[in-house]
Amino acid sequence: MDKDTIAAISTPLGEGAIAIVRLSGEEAIGFANGIFQGKDLATVDSHTIHYGKIVDPSSEQVVEEVMVSVMRGPKTFTREDVVEINCHGGLASVNRLLELALQMGARLAEPGEFTKRAFLNGRIDLSQAEAVMDLIRAKTDKAMDVAIKQLDGKLSKLIQRLRQELIETVAHVEVNIDYPEYDDVEEMSHHMMLEKTEQVHVEIERLLQMAKQGKILREGISTAIIGRPNVGKSSLMNALVHENKAIVTDVPGTTRDVIEEYVNVRGVPLRLVDTAGIRDTEDIVEKIGVERSRQVLKEADLILLVLNNNEEITKEDEQLFTLVQDLEFIVLVNKTDLPQKLDLDKVKALAGEHPVVSTALIEEQGIDQLEQAIANTFFAGEIEANDLTYVSNVRHIQLLKQSLIALEDAMQGMRDGMPIDLVQIDVTRTWQLLGEIVGDTVQDSLIDQLFSQFCLGK
Amino acid sequence: MTYDAGHFDVIVIGAGHAGVEAANAAAKRGAKTLMLTLNLDMIAFMPCNPSIGGPAKGVVVREVDALGGLMGKVIDQTYIQMRMLNTGKGPAVRALRAQADKPLYIQAMKQYLENVENLTLRQGMVERLIVEDGECKGVITETKAAYYAKSIIITTGTFMRGRVIIGDLSYESGPNNQRASVKLSEHLEELGFDLVRFKTGTPPRVNSHTVDYSKTEIQPGDENPSHFSYETVDAIVDQIPCWLTYTNEQTHQIIDDNLGLSAMYSGMIKGTGPRYCPSIEDKVVRFHDKPRHQIFLEPEGRNTEEVYVQGLSTSLPEYVQRDMLRSIPGLEEAEIMRAGYAIEYDAVVPTQLWPTLEVKNIPGLFTAGQLNGTSGYEEAAGQGIMAGINAAARALEKESLILDRSQAYIGVLIDDLVTKGTNEPYRLLTSRAEYRLLLRHDNADMRLTAIGYQLGLISEERYDRFVEKQEQVDVEKKRLAKVTIKPSEALTTAMQDIGATPLKEPTKALDLMKRPEINYAFIETLVEPTDLSEAVKEQVEIQIKYQGYIEKSNQQVDRMKKMESKLIPSNIDYDAIGGIATEAKEKLKKVRPLSVGQASRISGVNPADVSILLVYIEQGNIAKVD
Repeated sequence: MDKDTIAAISTPLGEGAIAIVRLSGEEAIGFANGIFQGKDLATVDSHTIHYGKIVDPSSEQVVEEVMVSVMRGPKTFTREDVVEINCHGGLASVNRLLELALQMGARLAEPGEFTKRAFLNGRIDLSQAEAVMDLIRAKTDKAMDVAIKQLDGKLSKLIQRLRQELIETVAHVEVNIDYPEYDDVEEMSHHMMLEKTEQVHVEIERLLQMAKQGKILREGISTAIIGRPNVGKSSLMNALVHENKAIVTDVPGTTRDVIEEYVNVRGVPLRLVDTAGIRDTEDIVEKIGVERSRQVLKEADLILLVLNNNEEITKEDEQLFTLVQDLEFIVLVNKTDLPQKLDLDKVKALAGEHPVVSTALIEEQGIDQLEQAIANTFFAGEIEANDLTYVSNVRHIQLLKQSLIALEDAMQGMRDGMPIDLVQIDVTRTWQLLGEIVGDTVQDSLIDQLFSQFCLGK
Repeated sequence: MTYDAGHFDVIVIGAGHAGVEAANAAAKRGAKTLMLTLNLDMIAFMPCNPSIGGPAKGVVVREVDALGGLMGKVIDQTYIQMRMLNTGKGPAVRALRAQADKPLYIQAMKQYLENVENLTLRQGMVERLIVEDGECKGVITETKAAYYAKSIIITTGTFMRGRVIIGDLSYESGPNNQRASVKLSEHLEELGFDLVRFKTGTPPRVNSHTVDYSKTEIQPGDENPSHFSYETVDAIVDQIPCWLTYTNEQTHQIIDDNLGLSAMYSGMIKGTGPRYCPSIEDKVVRFHDKPRHQIFLEPEGRNTEEVYVQGLSTSLPEYVQRDMLRSIPGLEEAEIMRAGYAIEYDAVVPTQLWPTLEVKNIPGLFTAGQLNGTSGYEEAAGQGIMAGINAAARALEKESLILDRSQAYIGVLIDDLVTKGTNEPYRLLTSRAEYRLLLRHDNADMRLTAIGYQLGLISEERYDRFVEKQEQVDVEKKRLAKVTIKPSEALTTAMQDIGATPLKEPTKALDLMKRPEINYAFIETLVEPTDLSEAVKEQVEIQIKYQGYIEKSNQQVDRMKKMESKLIPSNIDYDAIGGIATEAKEKLKKVRPLSVGQASRISGVNPADVSILLVYIEQGNIAKVD
């Protein structure tokens, strides 16, 4: 059995307030230690849980506050060392943790692999063998199904095109090798190959860039609701949630169960960030200080700034405007059912080009306008969320990253003046990795390409 | 009816490139061996192109040689021209190719075999196998001779129900108008063999006196020829050139006009032909835009005027072949000596074989060579030597040998055949090997000599020389890792002369050699001189220069070997495993893979099936743990 360390999100996606990233394998504790700020996990007792922070080792930024359980084999589910990282239930944070674990060197677990390891390591008894196999089958089929669905048609075509370009290059080199006297094709030069690989490199990088964009759609636009106490933040929250009960991100294949903090507003998935905080504390500005709220706001893609129509603008309100000035925000003038005391012209002046929407949330008025404003902000009212080509699946992103590395190896080889047939090994590897994304890894297609592209023979 | 003609350990039916290697290997392993052939004057005959080697194939010849086989030795004694191909590329794809002297090759091979201990050569056509209790125990010839043996190897090439086709002429025949083997093919069907119909072809041969070489380009051999065999010492001095010319619009017009007469297009040929070796009519049809195709004129030997017209394989009628030839520069007056033809034949579906090349359903019976759906002399030789080794192993109760995909092209070839099967005559290509950087022609001896020696196919003396070479390589690498090269004015000039950036800091010789523009020869001028052979120097250079890539390949091999080491019990009942998909089950039942690694290479067996299989076979181990 492979002894490498695997990682996966082991709680159902999107459900519950807490999510768990699980690692299993020889290096599980080492990898977790690499991103954990707190006690040294290598020295803690087995089967203990520890509070700390997850830190991105490359940027040294704190990503998340977590509880980490350390369980050493063999008394674990898989009989290997197991680490479970408990974090907030939001998809963004849990995905981020998973990505960090993978960056540390863990491999994304195959569907059912924890169970498989448990079984192979003798944790599950023989009578359960059939059930395990059924589980692996079911999970694999489902995962494949999901993966294929998550593979947007356009993305699939784009990857196919990149693969086609790579395989033509590879076939070109192969034909130079296998038919050295064939004079029809010029010898593939480092220059030609570098040009090709650079093109593909640009495209893969762009895909990864867009993956970030796609992440917004997949994980929701992080949205912060701010305002002084009693302006109607909770009502806004409730209104948005109740209006949009069954949540679908509108991205193919990412249908999720109902998540209260996760709402879909006219195709724009909103993730109401740190809503726990918003609920518990009436005023984040006041309670956690300007610095902290600046932090919350910095991470938000959209801010809903709520004002009270029934009161005059306060210094605190103006302070909030200053806080959000460089950000994407929408102003809600709430409680229009009550007499107007707010200077609307001043509000509009403060808002500048940002939309100002009047609502009476208690009366359920103005929600439509708010939703339209949100949709306009993100798609200029035109682009449908599912029109964008982007990579949404962690596995796909991982494979894209790996193919980028393979491609860079090839480019490095060319710069080092390595023979073209050696450089080509890394190009072929890139082609294979991209193939794993679209579910096509058959080696024979290279040979098919060879014979359809060139006229060969004795 | 029959008479008892003798008892042997191993019988080899056929004496082509597979047969001769099989017979030699079996006999050298100590098995009393009989080789039966239709015609003793045609041992190791080359019915198609007069050349041996080339990319991938040339490596196979070296592998056969490292295992104690014959092809390399015999071609080294008889070639008319030797060329190293791909010299401008990396070490992994350099390839040696020889132009062969066909008649001399036959003579030399026959003479060699006649002197192999334990080996009997006999002319005769086998019609039936003696199969008792489900095992193959002997053969019966058309003269009613019954020969008995513990292992039987069939290497009958394209003779099985062979049919030659030229235009609308079609007759039963083996290659080059030898007798076809019809009854044996029918008998194999009776025994339950799954056979397929394949096709291949050969171009016309013309008389050298009628060729105007002044209109063609000369293709000479290498000035300092390399050799296939690690035992060859002397080079052949007087090499003979080949010549290059081209087809043209007129040639293509003639083909277009007569396409309906080609057996390939008239529907006369039912067999599947190889894509990599298309007939000229195929090339013209499929690549209609190409204004010309290369034609190589290759002498068939020193003592004959026949010239092989490489690139013009065809099944068009003879007179069209003549017109076609005469449209080609240099061949305007060419006289055909033999017409080109297509040949159809029966091949064994190779998934019926174990990786040892033993037939799964008939213990004691082995098949090898073109009969197994391959094409090419080298592919045949590679299978032949493995079949010989394993047939002897069965007869003598010794260990059998399976080479894996990281050990040899032969391993890739046989694994592909028995695991995936083939829909067309199979040819080795470098792209079929995942680890081609490890499967180089320069290290075939490093990979296989020790194995050949253990099997008794490599002499003590040769093995000692090999061990010495290996030690020299290691010692030299260690030395270069220690020697420090210091910057100097002279060095700076020398480096600038070869376009290298001058050295700034003292550097170990080994690290300096990793620079692309620095080779061993350059390093040699900077360090204490040695009297190492060129082969050792080459090894040192390759191992140092490409260390990074070699290590990466080795890591991949390690991963493959993990799966390869998960053996599947021979009594496994795939029907009893619930989770495996139906299609995968059918494939697994047919191929009966020996390991999970092999199973994962079967098309139609997906990763989920492999996981389930793994879980299933681990059950026994788990029961023990608990």
